Amino acid sequence: MNRSLMPDELKQTILRLLGEIAPEADLAALNPDVSFRDQLDIDSIDFLNFVVALHKRFQIDVPESDYPELVTIEGCVQYLQRKLVR
Amino acid sequence: MAEFLMPTLGSDMTEGTLVGWKKKVGDRVVKGEIIAEVDTEKAAIEIESFHTGLIERLIARPGDKVPVGTVMAIIREEGEPAAKVAVEALPEIKPVPQASPSGAGRTIPAPTPGLGRLRISPAARQLAAELGVDPSTLLGTGPEGVITREDVQRAATARPETAIDRQARMRQTIAAAMARSKREIPHYYLSTTIDMGRAMTWLKEENLKRPVADRLLYGVLLIKAVALALRQVPELNGLWKGNAAVQSPDIHVGVAVSLRQGGLVAPAIHHTDKLSLGELMKRFQDVVKRARAGTLRSSELSDPTITVTSLGEQGVETVFGVIYPPQVALVGLGKIVERPWVVEGQVVSRPVVTASLSADHRVTDGHRGGLFLSAVDRLLQEPGRL
Repeated sequence: MNRSLMPDELKQTILRLLGEIAPEADLAALNPDVSFRDQLDIDSIDFLNFVVALHKRFQIDVPESDYPELVTIEGCVQYLQRKLVR
Repeated sequence: MAEFLMPTLGSDMTEGTLVGWKKKVGDRVVKGEIIAEVDTEKAAIEIESFHTGLIERLIARPGDKVPVGTVMAIIREEGEPAAKVAVEALPEIKPVPQASPSGAGRTIPAPTPGLGRLRISPAARQLAAELGVDPSTLLGTGPEGVITREDVQRAATARPETAIDRQARMRQTIAAAMARSKREIPHYYLSTTIDMGRAMTWLKEENLKRPVADRLLYGVLLIKAVALALRQVPELNGLWKGNAAVQSPDIHVGVAVSLRQGGLVAPAIHHTDKLSLGELMKRFQDVVKRARAGTLRSSELSDPTITVTSLGEQGVETVFGVIYPPQVALVGLGKIVERPWVVEGQVVSRPVVTASLSADHRVTDGHRGGLFLSAVDRLLQEPGRL
């Protein structure tokens, strides 16, 4: 499932999931290489909700030890690319 | 007959605006069921019924500003016969001024039909231009429907509230409550540093066993520890009423939630001490989500018996909070940081958190406050028992 998603598609999906968690956020202004937790004021509950959303959307397990890789948009894209080809 | 009153949802609330009814006349309502939605200075709140029965009358209309304690509806309790209600005896409800989007809560004159051009006085036209009001949207109340300066003025001052307006109102509300707190409550402050090593290790292992959606945050361990510690020092769990403290038989921890647009609310997680960590996590997620979506319930705002606020994620190490009246205590939690710690004579690195207590000196003293913080610490050393 979703194994053929391209980086742009992944990015759009990530932004959509973030938009559902922080609906008032200006996602277009996000710097993909800087922590979106800082840019959007995402707290630990929001972040957990985001991880759950990734888990549901892509059917992947996301251990807590991987959380640091998921704090930027670019990091999420790379992480998902790795996870989805396994 | 039971009167359904505008509830107070905080010491600073004086009135609310009825957004809409969730029930109609003749509907059955059960105690605790959502009966109305009310807009307050802080947020739109779902109001629960305190009675079970049939809706006999809906008195307040959507758009009405209703003072706290005013009758909004009449509920015929089970077994009671239908009765005529003395409407004249009920308090008057102020209608909202012009420009309520729904047009409810006031009487709007019918528009004057068939006019090819706008009937507006020159002075009113000039004022409309100055205030940025579109006169074509107004209904004139002057002779033959002419739009007057008063019509323009009314529309200008009664525009739908913007996000900035709401934020300003919330700031004012918080300011009023905090000023009252500092004016009336003789605060004292204590803090202690708690070794979180065992709790964090336990949490890591526990989360490995849990599906992603059921994982716990360390915050719920802290909230649960506070709730259980209140059983040991119950004087901190209650409200100041009149000239005395009243302990609450139930522990409803209010959790401070920052809103993205600014401001904060602290809804209650009911019976916090009786919830498992998994249940507490779900309830915590739920109230945070609904606080930010503006769908909290009235009891969640009126029932907290103590507040817990955490600023650890903002990098703060120590919080000395202001008590939210009429509560008599507030617990502040900081960031978990690695610090040198002596364990069995050896200096080791441990994750620690600073827990602070702001308490009302009319109700407790430092001795009891200290016992409370010690109890929180002790409970966190046995995380599996929380």
